[in-house]
Amino acid sequence: MTKDEIKHFIARRVARELANGDVVNLGIGLPTLIPQYVPSDVKITLQAENGFIGLCAHDGNIREDGNYYVVDPSGNPAGIEHDGMFFDSSFSFTIIRGGHVDKTILGSMQVAENGDIANWIIPGKAVHGMGGAMDLVVGAKKVIVAMEHTQKGLPKILQRCTYPLTAKGVVDMIVTEMGVMNITPQGIVLSEYNPNFTINEIQAATEAALIISDHLSPMA
Amino acid sequence: MGIIKLISAKEAGDLIKDGMTIMIGGFMTCGTAKAVVNEISAKNLTVICNDAGFPNEGSGRLIARGQVKRLIASHVGLNKQCGELTNSGQMELKLQPQGTLVEQIRAAGAGLGGVLTPTGVGTIVADSSQPTTLEGKQTITVDGKDYLLEKPLHGDVAIIKGFIADESGNIRYKGTMRNFNPLMASACKMVIAEVEQIVPTGSIGPDYVETPHIFVDYLVLNPKED
Repeated sequence: MTKDEIKHFIARRVARELANGDVVNLGIGLPTLIPQYVPSDVKITLQAENGFIGLCAHDGNIREDGNYYVVDPSGNPAGIEHDGMFFDSSFSFTIIRGGHVDKTILGSMQVAENGDIANWIIPGKAVHGMGGAMDLVVGAKKVIVAMEHTQKGLPKILQRCTYPLTAKGVVDMIVTEMGVMNITPQGIVLSEYNPNFTINEIQAATEAALIISDHLSPMA
Repeated sequence: MGIIKLISAKEAGDLIKDGMTIMIGGFMTCGTAKAVVNEISAKNLTVICNDAGFPNEGSGRLIARGQVKRLIASHVGLNKQCGELTNSGQMELKLQPQGTLVEQIRAAGAGLGGVLTPTGVGTIVADSSQPTTLEGKQTITVDGKDYLLEKPLHGDVAIIKGFIADESGNIRYKGTMRNFNPLMASACKMVIAEVEQIVPTGSIGPDYVETPHIFVDYLVLNPKED
């Protein structure tokens, strides 16, 4: 698969995790591909940390001055659903930190078998800041990491994170191009695998020891 | 506070003096009072804002021109200059989680001694010995769960952006421009509001005012084509 195909493959699988009525926050990059794969009979509400629920695509009308009244958390023009609402940043993080987001889906540099996540800073590299990521992973009911399984051939799913943490023990699920994994008190359970890889290949690309689910099935 | 004065962007910019702590509303410059920010010439500023904007736009403009001594923000990734100035020691950067930053501002405006948040526990955000972490962090345990005590953030001047103001200084926002603006208006000694329209008092209507005139000291009109 090309890089682009991998991202869409992961996005398509994550979309199946979303249930009717879910309030969902999507991180930048890969997670923004997910809504196109959500079935039309599943109604989700997207929360945008810059201050609204009901995030949807922009209508495409270009403003010459570049000043848009509705932007997504990356600052790009966006739209709002008919049942949406704008609010200030305090209320936005009341929704996020207060446990009113059902699922947050975001990429990561590292995830550990204890659920630790490191996705905001690489020592020695340019400083970006955590934005809303720390609040999202602490507050959302379910944290799903959607990412490529390795970075330049090196594992990203580790025994312990080596980069500074975004939060401790918060990740529930990891979806990569190789499989679907759940973080449990016993460790990382591989519940689905991509049949293009053997279990041995998936384990070899993973630093943490994988527990193979009794109900292991191919990724659909 | 008292009578609202309508002033120019230049006059507003001149109200910002060297060494002040200022808050600038907006999120990736949506909801940033750019006309006022562009007229600030003061130096050695402490700037509190969500993000560093883009290079030379929003708060990024003050950073680019070397006017910022200390920046407290949650995200600076879309402004490369910010990292460069921090690495070379020309600017001090403190990074706070977005939800924490806004609650610190709200706490100042609401007269609270701080807030307790689970966000950042077990990370470098909890460790004040780290260069990008605010000073004086404490971890407090409540009913067996750890929280960070995050202190209020006060400012000398808030520069906010609204869509419509009435002549009394009541403000209404539009779309995602609201973000940090109403919170900042409560947390600073002086508030300058840049708006796109000014309408007669009462025509916004008490049910629809989002930031009340009691917070606002100065209005700057910066009309936009809709």
